[in-house]
Amino acid sequence: MAKIHIPTPLRQYAGKQTAVDAKGSTVGAALSDLVTQHPELRRHLYTEDGKLRSFVNVYVNDEDVRYLQKEATAVKDGDTISIVPSIAGGCCR
Amino acid sequence: MATTVEIDPQVATLSNDEILRYSRHLIMPEVGMEGQQKLKAARVLCIGAGGLGSPLALYLGAAGVGTLGIVDFDVVDYTNLQRQIIHSTADVGRKKLDSAAEKLKSINPFLNIRKFETRLSSENALELFKEFDIVADGTDNFPTRYLVNDACVLTKKPNVYGSIFRFEGQASVFATEEGPCYRCLYPEPPPPGLVPSCAEGGVLGILPGLVGVIQATEAIKLILGKGDPLIGRLLLIDALGMKFRELKLRKNPDCPACGKHPTITRLIDYEQFCGIRGEEQAVETSSADMQVEELKRRLDRGDDIFVLDVREPHEYQISNLGGYLIPLGDLPKRVNELDSSREIVAHCKMGGRSAKAADFLRKAGFKKVHNLAGGINAWADRIDPKMPKY
Repeated sequence: MAKIHIPTPLRQYAGKQTAVDAKGSTVGAALSDLVTQHPELRRHLYTEDGKLRSFVNVYVNDEDVRYLQKEATAVKDGDTISIVPSIAGGCCR
Repeated sequence: MATTVEIDPQVATLSNDEILRYSRHLIMPEVGMEGQQKLKAARVLCIGAGGLGSPLALYLGAAGVGTLGIVDFDVVDYTNLQRQIIHSTADVGRKKLDSAAEKLKSINPFLNIRKFETRLSSENALELFKEFDIVADGTDNFPTRYLVNDACVLTKKPNVYGSIFRFEGQASVFATEEGPCYRCLYPEPPPPGLVPSCAEGGVLGILPGLVGVIQATEAIKLILGKGDPLIGRLLLIDALGMKFRELKLRKNPDCPACGKHPTITRLIDYEQFCGIRGEEQAVETSSADMQVEELKRRLDRGDDIFVLDVREPHEYQISNLGGYLIPLGDLPKRVNELDSSREIVAHCKMGGRSAKAADFLRKAGFKKVHNLAGGINAWADRIDPKMPKY
């Protein structure tokens, strides 16, 4: 069981939770469990052909999975998965 | 630490008044006379004098950064004052540039403030950046974020980055020679509409203070050449949980901007790159839009109109038209509460979310759906001046 951190902009699609526990031995499996629990998240994380969107970065603990084994990266109990989308705010008119 | 910013302290000497002013810096070995002279010789360009730019410019100015450039073309409005602390109530309606420059000068008359009243663009960014040592990105939109990044990479200027949403922030230092750039982290922007803007999502007033001060800290460390800068690290700030987390960033060898074989060798059209134009057209005008005057006339006449409010419940508490409340995000699962035989006018705060709601309803088979142009704020402006705007 890994804990997936849900960033603020996506919480509205995850029952307003800040973190969700997900099952799976890889990043891909855990994310798949996440979108099964919260189907509205799917289109925000995946493209229509099922690929992770390029502006969604996924980290296991403090490492970017793009530099590990991507979605095949292993996760073990107690690992933290973070979804880090781009945010642009600054001036906020 | 590898020096990323080369500043010659010899070019700036301090007067006795300045020595007294910077006393608490001068007695610290990490700054000292040489460091303070470096600060005075340094030139930092702040992009935006808004939420992030306010604390950033105030602290850099107070610390004695000799040349502060500010790029902004906006005027101060009442909704800025909750967080843009460089501006005061009396400044509402003034140019942010003038308001900011006045505050900075009153804090530190030794500053050289350079005002650029312009929208940063692919045409002016490179020339502008060349005249500075560090660029601090306090902008509020994706096209400018990518523009600042690419221009920093092309001119080899570090990009002290900060970004905020609601109560969450990000900070890093991008585009140094050894470190990653913004595109290494995010090669592409999200499609328009998928990530809500601050004007839609709101922002905790203190958050740009936290993040802007982190940016100022990083800029000063780069100038002094001291400490461990946020190069190759993304700091995530959660003000609600008061948690600071750090993620590793790597320089992507295939990065189109700073990789081994860059494909971005000049600045591009960033509005197009981020798909903003398409979004504006979709939201701005549509034949199914209804103006607030028409809605008022028809409601007064007793027409059977169902007013659908697609904002959030906490917004309804600020002001409402007595409409039926279904937040946009809940609309798909609550659509069965609506009667498709009735004429529906959807509204939100400014017309963006209700345009999406109207579009969704039409696709779901509703025939008589209008979007209230300008939202409830237009109603407050043009129909009921007693209604609060937000």
